[in-house]
Amino acid sequence: MNKVQSNKAWFLVLPMLLLVAFSAIIPLMTVVNYSVQDVFDPNTRFFTGTEWFVAMLNDPALQGALLRQFAFSFTILAIQIPLGIGIALLMPKQGWRASLVLILVTLPLLIPWNVVGSIWQIFTRGDIGLMGWGLRELGYGYNITRNPLDAWATIILMDVWHWTPLIALLCYSGLRSIPEAYYQAARIDRASRWAVFRYIQLPKLTNVLVIGVLLRFMHSFMIYAEPFVLTGGGPGSSTTFLSQSLAIMAIAQFDVGPSAAFSLIYFLIILLVCWVFYTAIMNLQKDKS
Amino acid sequence: MNSSTDTLTSSDRQAERRTDPEAAEAVVPTRVERRTRGGSRGRSRLLLGLYLLFILLPIYWLLNMSFQTNTEILGTLSFWPQELTFENYANIFTDPTWYMGYVNSIGYVLMNMLISILVALPAAYAFSRYRFIGDKHLFFWLLTNLMAPPAVFLLPYFQLYYSVGLFDTHVAVALAHCLFNIPLAVWILEGFMSSVPKEVDETAYIDGYSFPAFFVKIFVPMIRSGIGVTLFFLFMFSWVELLLARTLTATNAQPIASIMTRTSTASGIDWGTLAAAGVLTIIPGIVVVYFVRNHIAKGFALGRT
Repeated sequence: MNKVQSNKAWFLVLPMLLLVAFSAIIPLMTVVNYSVQDVFDPNTRFFTGTEWFVAMLNDPALQGALLRQFAFSFTILAIQIPLGIGIALLMPKQGWRASLVLILVTLPLLIPWNVVGSIWQIFTRGDIGLMGWGLRELGYGYNITRNPLDAWATIILMDVWHWTPLIALLCYSGLRSIPEAYYQAARIDRASRWAVFRYIQLPKLTNVLVIGVLLRFMHSFMIYAEPFVLTGGGPGSSTTFLSQSLAIMAIAQFDVGPSAAFSLIYFLIILLVCWVFYTAIMNLQKDKS
Repeated sequence: MNSSTDTLTSSDRQAERRTDPEAAEAVVPTRVERRTRGGSRGRSRLLLGLYLLFILLPIYWLLNMSFQTNTEILGTLSFWPQELTFENYANIFTDPTWYMGYVNSIGYVLMNMLISILVALPAAYAFSRYRFIGDKHLFFWLLTNLMAPPAVFLLPYFQLYYSVGLFDTHVAVALAHCLFNIPLAVWILEGFMSSVPKEVDETAYIDGYSFPAFFVKIFVPMIRSGIGVTLFFLFMFSWVELLLARTLTATNAQPIASIMTRTSTASGIDWGTLAAAGVLTIIPGIVVVYFVRNHIAKGFALGRT
């Protein structure tokens, strides 16, 4: 759509800008302020420059959390994207069955994040949980409080349960926008099921998939409540991700300076990755028009 | 919103009937083809069924547990409640410290939905219709707020709202959730608004409508399904967020999600009540999703398909 050039549009944006600025810029400036100072008490503080940043980047615990975070985000993307596409292809397109499946698939997205953790805690406990009990009956010594591998597998399974619906719904909406005539043409050409997917459905999905990858990367990179409730970051620190390390540092230990520096590094990493995706989305839209 | 949903579905259905694959098929399928297609349909139903089972199993277990007494939960593993009890739910509905958690949560969620949609509507209109100095940068800056990890803002929020005297009020949480909800609303609404042809605006101005009159009387009704979907997403993200809501409240505005942590005491965890409280947090979501079920798929694609 060709837009009209008008700077009066700023007036329409202004209320939104003031509100978001109040809840984004002021706090962010506070963080920047803290990150370059050493605060002893409200009246005693010293300028430290980049000291905290250097300290945080060299902290082995945080490096570990960062690596785990990347491993986690890429694992769940690798599972959820193909699975989500598959489910979208299977979902019925019309009738009461479509509505029912749609509501059921959306269900996990509407549960508060810590309740998701509680649900999986109840589900996987060895003594009272269906899955924990089932695996033990099958002869596997399943224990998420002892075995880091079990804890990882469970958190990934939980995230797949929780967020695959988002990808599935995105793809479902992409698939619904394909005109029926395309399929008829493919049928006349006797195109195989794979060819239909590769040359008709997948190109239509790229647009929504970029949004899906962006949203999923973002949210998985900030994951906090679910692993916090399910494993508490354990065993040891094997499932402690970035948000949890930060929350411990900022709230429990009240290390204001280091945690502020850490916050900024954390935020910059997300921004960098998302900027890449955002540019990709914008370029895709440009290509279309 | 409801009536629009209904009209849209019926027209959708008609469109689908007209282009029904079986009826419109130009090439009559051979018997082999028909059989394999029937086979693959059965298989895809089976796979979908398995996935739905995977989704429902943990929820079923939660539901199962919410109707059991703690002795039964800890004593035996039963696939359905042996002695059905509503005690866990009764506990929650009779104790104000419990049920006020739901009232608080719904309170700040509704407040946030109202604030977000009111400021996001004009902003989204500006982004979808006008080019102005710094528009692209502003839009990306908005999206960066969507990407900001709540953990980063934990401490500054606490201090900010404490210093302006809003700590432990519903307004504090509603404003804090604006951080990610307003950008989301602008993003979704901009997608929906861009699909309305610009000729609509121009015709209205020629007919003598002023901008506010046009916006409220013509434009907003035209994108009402988009607004409905946006409200759904605002509800969803405000309802599921815990970290900020918990940090900004103490007792008066405490959300249900943080009250639930009380179930673990020195004598162990009160599993029955925890399960019942969990079930009750799922219900508002089901109610809301029912209303937007026909537009939700488009909404998830941010109005962009």
